[in-house]
Amino acid sequence: MTKNQAKFAVPLVAVLLGFITGAIIIALTGKSPLAMVLAMFRTLTGFDLTGRTDFNPRYIGEFILQSMPIILTGLSVAFAFRTGLFNIGAEGQLMVGSLAAAMTALMVSAPPFILVVLSLLAAMAAGALWGAVPGFLKARFNVHEVVVTIMLNYTALHFCNWAFMTYGTLDSVRTADFPAGVTLKSVFLAGITNGSRLNWGMIPVALSLLVFWFIIEKTTFGYGLRAVGFNKDAARYAGMKVERNIVLSMVIAGAFAGLGGAVIALGTFNYGRILPAFEFYGMDGIAVALVGGNAAIGVLVSGLLFGMLKAAQPLMQSQGIPREIAGIIQSSIVLFVAMRLGIESLLSLAKRKQEAGK
Amino acid sequence: MKLILEMFPIALMFASPLVIAALGGLFSERAGVVNIALEGIMMVGAFAAASVTVVLEPSTAAAPWIGMGIGLLAGILFSVLHAFASINLKANQVISGTALNILAGGLTVYLAQIFFRQQRTKAFSTGLSKISVPVLSDIPLAGDMFFKGAYPTFYLMLALTVLTWFVVYKTPLGLRLRACGEHPQAAASMGVDVLRMRYFGVLVSGALAGLAGGVMVLSQDIQYTVTSIHGAGFIALASLIFGKWHPAGVLGAGVFFGFSQALSLYAKDITFLASLPTEFFYLLPYALTIVALIVFSGRSVGPRAAGEIYDAGKR
Repeated sequence: MTKNQAKFAVPLVAVLLGFITGAIIIALTGKSPLAMVLAMFRTLTGFDLTGRTDFNPRYIGEFILQSMPIILTGLSVAFAFRTGLFNIGAEGQLMVGSLAAAMTALMVSAPPFILVVLSLLAAMAAGALWGAVPGFLKARFNVHEVVVTIMLNYTALHFCNWAFMTYGTLDSVRTADFPAGVTLKSVFLAGITNGSRLNWGMIPVALSLLVFWFIIEKTTFGYGLRAVGFNKDAARYAGMKVERNIVLSMVIAGAFAGLGGAVIALGTFNYGRILPAFEFYGMDGIAVALVGGNAAIGVLVSGLLFGMLKAAQPLMQSQGIPREIAGIIQSSIVLFVAMRLGIESLLSLAKRKQEAGK
Repeated sequence: MKLILEMFPIALMFASPLVIAALGGLFSERAGVVNIALEGIMMVGAFAAASVTVVLEPSTAAAPWIGMGIGLLAGILFSVLHAFASINLKANQVISGTALNILAGGLTVYLAQIFFRQQRTKAFSTGLSKISVPVLSDIPLAGDMFFKGAYPTFYLMLALTVLTWFVVYKTPLGLRLRACGEHPQAAASMGVDVLRMRYFGVLVSGALAGLAGGVMVLSQDIQYTVTSIHGAGFIALASLIFGKWHPAGVLGAGVFFGFSQALSLYAKDITFLASLPTEFFYLLPYALTIVALIVFSGRSVGPRAAGEIYDAGKR
């Protein structure tokens, strides 16, 4: 098998094995794996294969909605990965992004459209700042980014809750609604998807995918980032500023995740939220990036896949399958992607058998 | 001063699971396998321990101890996944560990729904109880600090620290284990089975982290929920770095983080801290972890081959 084939085959097989694992666990606990398949198909297409209910496009809208923030955290993780950094901190970067977007929307006065743009920019800046910390610590003190980003997730959780509670909450769970018009919500998009929460957050997501692709594949700067990811010492020897690239990579990664926070605050909801615990957008991003091979198009596809899985949760729960099955399938897929050597040897074994059979 | 004395038992309660899990990480990393899955293994151990305790509590007083034993076994089982992926299949150890961390959250809550029909285990009635050691608790000062109202798991933590030190530094097994983490090819040339030693390291880390999860949930919680462990596994990992991969250092680092958590409970009684918002104390242990990592960044030298995939042909 050539290297190029393996690039596509391994994630595909990993996804397949992940779903099989999920089905086995469902069967072992006395539920029906078929119900899982039906729920996923319905989420993906809006059609109910049992024929009990009619086509409903709301499911499609909700699944794309679920994909939007995790595509952004996926881009965040993937971008850092390209520079050889493991960003487990997309969760925290997203939270401070949410905070910054909400605070801007609530406290700044400007025409609605400009305020939306300002909120998005503020979220990116906040995420970038939160990402810069582990980047700087890695570059300056060689502190491992994994532990620092995890600790910053918890720090972000409590910091954001403090900030919300101190400046303008309505009650213990949310802020007041944003001013009229300061939203990404769309009557048109909701209309064509039978009242789903689908919104114009799609546009910043699409732009982010383009920017990611352009920086990584088309610019000298992106080439330098990748060089650091391939071999730090060689990059340094070739005269690249390794430390600067590490910091910048985390800054940009943080900006992607921060934008995700704004898309949630301004699009899915219309207010800032106080969170009792993590929502695991960052962990979703890790899965999205790994399955997507850390490339823009791959992140888009795997982001849609995992968005579908998230959106199918309520349907599965209604069929008696605990919603956590989505997390189990997702983490199994990540584990299988990590086991790529095993999958590659499985694939080549299958190929040899096939050839021997001819 | 009186306050610091009062804080001792609480701080040691927080420190115990941190230190036990960090000792687990020590075994794994000394053998050359980074185990970022400590958090997930703790969750699985905590879930198993809490479930068993809930079920056995009506029939036996030893339920929490049996629970912790089952938590330990569950931790071993769960860590086999990490060992298989990272040792046999040469997976990136950080990615494999992250997968296990996500898996643990999903799996435990899934099973809770199957067993208890809710998002968490049922609440156990007592869990672990505090004990006072006769005679020793009458010693002035030290009696109040270490022997009055402490959880028995604190003494378990001390015993495990000494045991770890003895195994890792005073036995041939420990020497081989460390060799596999420093220079596996050299160890292999002397006839050490590197893969087996690494399996041993990872499975011991699974056992200790599973036990630590049980200790944590049974002394600090009333039931297992998905937030029962809330980052303790990662703080244990930081304690390992902070403690320079040495049992004594790990003990010191764990106790330090235990105090930083206890501080949040006592802050309202300390004049100059009382005015700060509670969230500040929630985030303090995590922020302090980062500060500790920075301060000790230059001097902490881990096992040289930790995280490196073992390639027998490499020179």
